[in-house]
Amino acid sequence: MNQQLLTTTQAVDPVFIWIFGISAFLLLGITAVTVWFLIRYRRSRSPEPTSQVSGSVWLEILWVALPTFLVLGMFYYGWAGYLALRNVPKGALQVTATARMWSWSFTYANGKTSSKLYVPVGRPVEVNIVSEDVLHGFYIPAFRIKRDAVPGMKNHAWFVASNAGSYDLFCSSYCGVGHSAMITTVEAVPEAAFIAWLTEQNPAGAKRGQEVLKSQGCLGCHTLDGTKAVGPTFKGIWGHEVTVVTNGTERTITVDEPYVRRSLEQPNADIVKGYPAVMPAFKLSPDEVAAIIIALKGTAE
Amino acid sequence: MTNSEATTVQDERGFWKDTGKTGITSWIFSTDHKRIGFLYFYTVFSFFLVAVILGILMRIELMAPGRTIMGPQTYNALFTVHGVIMIFLFILPGFQGVFGNLLMPIQIGARDVAFPRLNLLSWWIYITGAATIITSLFTGSGPPDTGWTFYVPFSARTGTNVTLAVFGVFLIGMSAILTGLNFVTTIHRLRAEGMTWGRIPLFVWSVYATAWVQVLATPILGITLLLIIAERVLGAGLFDPGRGGDPLMYQHLFWIYSHPAVYIMILPAMGVISEIIPVFSRKPIFGYGMIAMSSLAIAAAGSLVWGHHMFTSGMSDLAVLVFSFLTFVVAIPSAIKVFNWVSTLYKGSISLEAPMLFALGFILLFSIGGLTGLILGSAATDIHVHDTQFVVGHFHYVIFGGSGFAFFGAMHYWFPKFFGRRYREKLALAAWILLFIGFNVMYFSMMVLGVEGMPRRYYDYLPEFHALNLTSTFGSWILFAGMVIMLVNLFHGLLRGEPVERNPWGGATLEWSIPTPPPTDNFVEEPVVTHGPYDFKGSGIP
Ligand code: HEM
Ligand SMILES: [Cu+2]
Ligand SMILES: [Cu+2]
Repeated sequence: MNQQLLTTTQAVDPVFIWIFGISAFLLLGITAVTVWFLIRYRRSRSPEPTSQVSGSVWLEILWVALPTFLVLGMFYYGWAGYLALRNVPKGALQVTATARMWSWSFTYANGKTSSKLYVPVGRPVEVNIVSEDVLHGFYIPAFRIKRDAVPGMKNHAWFVASNAGSYDLFCSSYCGVGHSAMITTVEAVPEAAFIAWLTEQNPAGAKRGQEVLKSQGCLGCHTLDGTKAVGPTFKGIWGHEVTVVTNGTERTITVDEPYVRRSLEQPNADIVKGYPAVMPAFKLSPDEVAAIIIALKGTAE
Repeated sequence: MTNSEATTVQDERGFWKDTGKTGITSWIFSTDHKRIGFLYFYTVFSFFLVAVILGILMRIELMAPGRTIMGPQTYNALFTVHGVIMIFLFILPGFQGVFGNLLMPIQIGARDVAFPRLNLLSWWIYITGAATIITSLFTGSGPPDTGWTFYVPFSARTGTNVTLAVFGVFLIGMSAILTGLNFVTTIHRLRAEGMTWGRIPLFVWSVYATAWVQVLATPILGITLLLIIAERVLGAGLFDPGRGGDPLMYQHLFWIYSHPAVYIMILPAMGVISEIIPVFSRKPIFGYGMIAMSSLAIAAAGSLVWGHHMFTSGMSDLAVLVFSFLTFVVAIPSAIKVFNWVSTLYKGSISLEAPMLFALGFILLFSIGGLTGLILGSAATDIHVHDTQFVVGHFHYVIFGGSGFAFFGAMHYWFPKFFGRRYREKLALAAWILLFIGFNVMYFSMMVLGVEGMPRRYYDYLPEFHALNLTSTFGSWILFAGMVIMLVNLFHGLLRGEPVERNPWGGATLEWSIPTPPPTDNFVEEPVVTHGPYDFKGSGIP
């Protein structure tokens, strides 16, 4: 691990502790003085006020000077920490994080995609954050970083994982019904394991289809094990008859290839009865669609 | 009590009895500022209670991970409706509409506001806006689910009934502009003889500063809301990057209004506190000029800090620098006020009756809210806690612990004046203790959750956040119990409370010099002001 490198956590935590410390000190001070006055000057002990002063120039100058001095210090310290979060170290690994309702997918320089963010321990990672639909927020509490994913904009953030492990990654900016389920993990692994993972080809056939379902976020709303979620489960769906609502009228159809393709392109054309019309349209490559279809066929009994 | 001809509730009912008119129309078409104040009170407070129930339901849902009592879509609608009601239907119109109306004219020695009919129109626009928002919940394809901030592009895409709700908020903004205009004019034109700017009670100063914010900032909200409607109905594409628009522009427009709006919520609350503390310490307020000026400073500088809501949005680093700096600058006048309030206690004669308890609760809770605001204003730390439960905890400390407690304090302080009766002190104390404990248990847990990384507007959470969420939910029940006791006590006082004379607390502002309850024209004879608002000796009060 590079000893010189300041982590993003090290850029934020001291500022936090500093501001928190001063605040706690001020709060305790104010509270202690207040309580002391309440006891000392309570009406039973002090039936008449013993002073009618209504101001003091010196004290009021102090009132202004003290907070000014403190907050300017906090401002400066906070800004310095922020700069450290913005300045990406040279040679950082580049990853693109694509947010969509309601899943993350990460794309690496060699085209590999993943639904978890794999990173090598000790190497800084620059994440380029984009959104395909509404606002989302890229947030990794363990590394104290957060940046919104804004449609039409490319944002960035960086971090470095000093220790191997699995860290939570949340969507921090409200994005609709699946917001709180839009979570995944950062998997920090040793460099060698990372290279091995990165160069491993995306799997073929049904396995590849499952990967696509995961990385495109389908599984954010559909399950593979038969439980009902935001959308209908995929278990046993192939060749099954379902009732859908098309333009307000109900009809029964069989799940086949044209139906699956239509559901991806115009998800709200046929809505399975009893479910909300919330699925976004997906623009997938032909081989991704083919892989999904193979995977769905595999779910039939 | 030295005032011998003090009127009590038995022989006179003041403005409640109006000149012969009775029935609902004598209220909803009344132009008396006191009746309008009560119209606001009953509507605003009913909305508050509804939103409290919604808050409690949310906390029950968050008691355990996974589904507890509702699904995610319901939860999202709940926090949206809770936020919209609390902000737009309760606290924004609340202080000006209720206490501004009830007291500001009396405190400056006027018989009414400058434009009494416009004042009534403000309430009617408010109630129309409120009815529009309520309609949006039950019609169309379901209640709005955007959060009270209506962020695009989500608000432009969601199928729920956002357009109607946004239009309701627009109407409420109109009402606020009219109230602001009316109050600014009243304070300039209708002060009694001898009521110089240096003798205006601090509550009136804060109403004045707030009225300016209402007049100057609300039109921007109106425009922003109309733009959302244009986006949804006409497909204008202003905020849609696919057509050259910019989603961040919406956030700027929204916060240019909504940050100053925070001062519409807190400034009058600070005014109430500045009234209560001197009266219950029997001492003039410490630093009158500083407190009055800091209200204006907050109102002015507060309009330049909106960008602190957008540090993670992708706006330029230069903007982060400027907004973070200005945010720290506005912290200074608030700190000044806190120091001045505490100094007022020094060498006083302090009695801890209910209004004073709420004022002291305000000072502590508002200080916690303000100090945690420093963590949000500092660029580095905001990146971590932005959009987490920390923010939810922080702003409840400011608007509930701050403005909300001040609202309760004002209810207890002016209750005897308007109803001519008293509530029970012991019960008020019990309610206050429960409110204070429940509040801290509930919201402090939420702040810790945020520091640990739990985002806000989360229907569900990972198991590691369970213990604190459960604690927070327990806190909400304690808080709720306190609220029930408080309401029962006030209601009982209203019906059966012991009658009081005109000046039960020994206040020196003008409302305490007139009969209880105040007559329709407020003053039996034109007042001539000869002393300051906190000159307890000069006003002949023991
Ligand atoms: C018993 C009283 C209250 C309870 C139990 C309560 C509880 C809550 C909860 C659980 C949330 C949602 C947290 C999340 O999922 O992000 C919330 C949000 C909110 N609350 Fe409260 N609250 C109460 C009183 C108030 C008051 C008095 C105000 C203001 C005057 C207020 C204003 C808000 C706002 C603006 C939001 C944000 C809504 C949004 O995210 O769009 N609340 N409250
Ligand atoms: Cu989200
Ligand atoms: Cu703000």
